[in-house]
Amino acid sequence: MLSRVANSIYWMSRYLERAENIARFIDVNLHLKLDLNMGDVEQWDPLIKVTGDAEVFKAHYAEANQNNVLEFLTFKPDYPSSIYSCLRSARENAKTIREVISSEMWEQVNHFYFLLQQPGAQEDSINRPHEFYTQIKRAHQMFIGLWEGTMSHGEAWHFMSLGRMLERADETSRILDVKYFILLPTIVYVGSPYENIQWSALLKSTSALEMYRKKYQSITPKSVAEFLIFDPDFPRAVRHCLAQADYSLHRITGTHLGTHLGETERHLGKLRSQLDFSNIEEVSKKGLHQYLDDLQGSLNEIAQTIHQTFFALKGFPAQQSHGSSQ
Amino acid sequence: MDFLHYKISEFFDEFFQGPNMPRAAAKPLFERISALSQKEILIKQRAAEAALFQMGITFAVYGDKQGSEKIFPFDIIPRILSAEEWNKVETGLKQRITAINLFLQDIYGPQKILRDKIIPEDLILSGKSYRKECLGLKPPHDIWSHITGTDLVRDDQGQFFVLEDNLRCPSGVSYVLENREVLINTWPRLFEALPIRPVDDYANHLLELLDYISPGQGETSQSAILTPGVYNSAYFEHSFLAREMGIPLVQGQDLVVQDETVYMRTTKGFEKIDVLYRRVDDDFLDPKFFRPDSMLGVPGLMGAYQAGKIALANAPGTGIADDKAVYAYIPKMIRYYLDQDEILSNVPTYLCWEEKQKNYVLDHLDELVVKSVNESGGYGMLMGAQASPKERKAFAEKIKAKPRDFIAQPTLKLSRTPVIFENGIEGRHVDLRPYILYGKDIFVLPGGLTRVALKKGSLVVNSSQGGGSKDTWVLAC
Repeated sequence: MLSRVANSIYWMSRYLERAENIARFIDVNLHLKLDLNMGDVEQWDPLIKVTGDAEVFKAHYAEANQNNVLEFLTFKPDYPSSIYSCLRSARENAKTIREVISSEMWEQVNHFYFLLQQPGAQEDSINRPHEFYTQIKRAHQMFIGLWEGTMSHGEAWHFMSLGRMLERADETSRILDVKYFILLPTIVYVGSPYENIQWSALLKSTSALEMYRKKYQSITPKSVAEFLIFDPDFPRAVRHCLAQADYSLHRITGTHLGTHLGETERHLGKLRSQLDFSNIEEVSKKGLHQYLDDLQGSLNEIAQTIHQTFFALKGFPAQQSHGSSQ
Repeated sequence: MDFLHYKISEFFDEFFQGPNMPRAAAKPLFERISALSQKEILIKQRAAEAALFQMGITFAVYGDKQGSEKIFPFDIIPRILSAEEWNKVETGLKQRITAINLFLQDIYGPQKILRDKIIPEDLILSGKSYRKECLGLKPPHDIWSHITGTDLVRDDQGQFFVLEDNLRCPSGVSYVLENREVLINTWPRLFEALPIRPVDDYANHLLELLDYISPGQGETSQSAILTPGVYNSAYFEHSFLAREMGIPLVQGQDLVVQDETVYMRTTKGFEKIDVLYRRVDDDFLDPKFFRPDSMLGVPGLMGAYQAGKIALANAPGTGIADDKAVYAYIPKMIRYYLDQDEILSNVPTYLCWEEKQKNYVLDHLDELVVKSVNESGGYGMLMGAQASPKERKAFAEKIKAKPRDFIAQPTLKLSRTPVIFENGIEGRHVDLRPYILYGKDIFVLPGGLTRVALKKGSLVVNSSQGGGSKDTWVLAC
């Protein structure tokens, strides 16, 4: 498969997953709002802080109230991490690989993109936010269904899986991090019934509440972190995402699982075994935030080696060999 | 919905032979439309538009920051051609493309037609799209013009004429296939009842052609489509054809030439390519060979082509045959190479290159259509009758400065066909672009793209100038 095509398909997949995760991010806060009597700004400001783009936000808006934050994270065309921008990038990538994906998938990307453009979309996000963001999540779930059911599970398919799983692992770690870093300091809630509500909201936003209860029954911060990081079976848990990514990577390279030829397989395999043989106690010892920070660093490293290995446009080997030292 | 207010006027009407009297081929459609209310027809029209939008056959509205997009206008009343009408067109096109291909072999070879003074030597050698670099080349099976889209028009008697031969990178065939897919859902009962010739095997024929011209004898051949990229206005079509044929769609940056062999850069290393259906103009194919500033091409591609390691469709250099001044000589080519009279005539054409004809053109600018010989798509054109005296004067200066670059034709009485509008059905002018594939055999796709000038009274059908399209039905009997 062409390197350029592999690059586009991988990024299309990442952008679509990212769009869904922003919707999930927003959804946590919408859930919280129903249960907690927080001030508007008090509740929405953390969401902007965690994006790392608070300066950009301030350049456009006076106050981090719900309407402004939703507009910024959802519709802002010149903010590259808005849902709209992610979908635009996904669709730009999809356009360059239309001949690789199925028509049904292309049409769904199109439909997804135009969801945000239809008349009244912005009003819906304000007046019926829950329905609106559910619709966005559904649009991506539908896409995944079409990917699974209408496209041959060959190399291109596995590049999409690889992109989505790495993106999802990253986003899950971020959602968990937000909870710890931003919501926890509102210290009055620690140990109160509200604490429980917050953790439930977090689980709900990752569609994890029901699956979590089957395993742990009662909600404690430690078990929630354990579930979202270490669970091998839950589709949004980091460990599960990495196992899937690793499987697809090995299908792409043709090497056996558990072995490696290239750097990508080595980095990803290393991170996987670290998760396989670690536990929540070790995380607590290190500190959750620090742990998640390191995890994100490793994920970045993996993404970079993927780029080097598969996408970077290289010269012909015969031409290269003249100047190279080895 | 009735046709009682439909005006036929002095033009040939594709649909009606007289007021409220459809032609035989159009009768079943006429009855079906008459049986539906205006509202039902409009619902069908909207549904077809929505389907095209959903398929993503859209273009970005220029200058719109919000990224809104539109479909190319499409009308659900098909243009219908009887078997008899089509047979003449088909044989005429086969004859014409055969002669054109012999012409290309000749002028990049022995140049007999020039020595016999059938076509003036200067006219060919001064053509912008004449490639002296191609002299002496022999493409596989001696085929130069693999894919052609010829523009036809009908006069007030219904007679077909050739308006232009497009031999470089003719586009539009994807619209033919997509329009058909939509129209089958619009008029399912008519498709059951009528012997409408199918178009959806175009991609099979194209793929067979590409395999046929592959230089790798006996081995399995790897073809690809070379596109200038996603910002090209025909990108949708490039991607569509790649998908239909199941071959890679590549850009210049994906290819690399080593030892006169062309390779693609893939996730697993370098893979050899044998045939490129290139949708990149000659000028941009190879910066080492043609324009050095081209970012779209592949350095070394022409070297590989000259070495016979890769086939290119169409062959570089074919553009000279659709130079509009050379076009005027095609009937003579048919006589010279085939010893036949042409089945499809040219539109009368004045060559400004010849002094007498130039003077005639300058004296009659207000009634002629003047075209630049190397442009297409409705660009570089003067519609004399509609232009202001100032515009005519400016054009006259251009003609005097470079007479070789211009031809003129009388204003044509293009045929008309009914088109649906919000307030009823009205006649609009149309042309027809059939697609011809020249491989082992010559294949003409039944029908082609009917382009329609949607503005009232307009004779310009190009999509860049407010044109739309229709499905074209060719009846098998």
